[in-house]
Amino acid sequence: MRLPDVLLLATLLFSIGLYGVVTRRHAVALLLSIEVMANAANVAFVAFATLRGGPGEAVVLFSLVVIVSEVAVGLALVMLLYRRHGDTVLDLAREAKH
Amino acid sequence: MMSRLGFGLLALAMVVAALFVVKSRNLVRAVLWLAVVLLLTAALYAILGAPFLAGVQVLTYVGGVVTLMILGVMVTGRHQGAVAEVDSADRIRGLLVALGFFALVGGAILRTDFPPTLPPPPPTTAELARSLLTEYLLAFEVASLLLLAAVVGAVVMARRRDPAPTPEGLRP
Repeated sequence: MRLPDVLLLATLLFSIGLYGVVTRRHAVALLLSIEVMANAANVAFVAFATLRGGPGEAVVLFSLVVIVSEVAVGLALVMLLYRRHGDTVLDLAREAKH
Repeated sequence: MMSRLGFGLLALAMVVAALFVVKSRNLVRAVLWLAVVLLLTAALYAILGAPFLAGVQVLTYVGGVVTLMILGVMVTGRHQGAVAEVDSADRIRGLLVALGFFALVGGAILRTDFPPTLPPPPPTTAELARSLLTEYLLAFEVASLLLLAAVVGAVVMARRRDPAPTPEGLRP
């Protein structure tokens, strides 16, 4: 298994997540797409760490911490949106601008 | 040869599952497809020679994040988890962005001449632990602070706003 293969796989997964982020309207679905992107980044880190050597494995652990925090805060925001509007379509969050 | 075939199958399964995550009309199904993606990623880590990370991936991601996501869908799912249709303009925009990104980064990867891979030293969990507490000590502490801040912030935001407590105490 060569490094470029794994990196291409990570890029493809990241692109799929990016498509989801652009097209999804629903807050939880958006969070799911962000998870796919973050996971793709972790795949790239692990690929570099195991196929080239380097500190990637420790970086992946820190990245996990950041992702878990992001999910916790993101879901809290979703709850808040749902409680205010009874739905979690992101267009409802426009009011935050005013 | 066998390992390349195995990697190809794994990659194909991951891509298909990820497509289901972003396309599925039903949110509960999308979360379960995300669990599939994350489990396959753990398998990929194991193949790549990072068994500890594979275990951590299963424990935190599949055990924690997916559970949280399902909770989020269940609590806010007024409409049985179904999601509104996206209009075609959005879909074209998304395709353009995703394909553009893939072409840019994929082209860069294919053009880059990676030197032949060195045989990596066998990574041990003990080394990883030692590096966390020596080389990455600052990042380690900042990560714990971040987790604390995230938990406190999530609780404060998601808390139900009660009316002002009565002077004689917090009795309802």
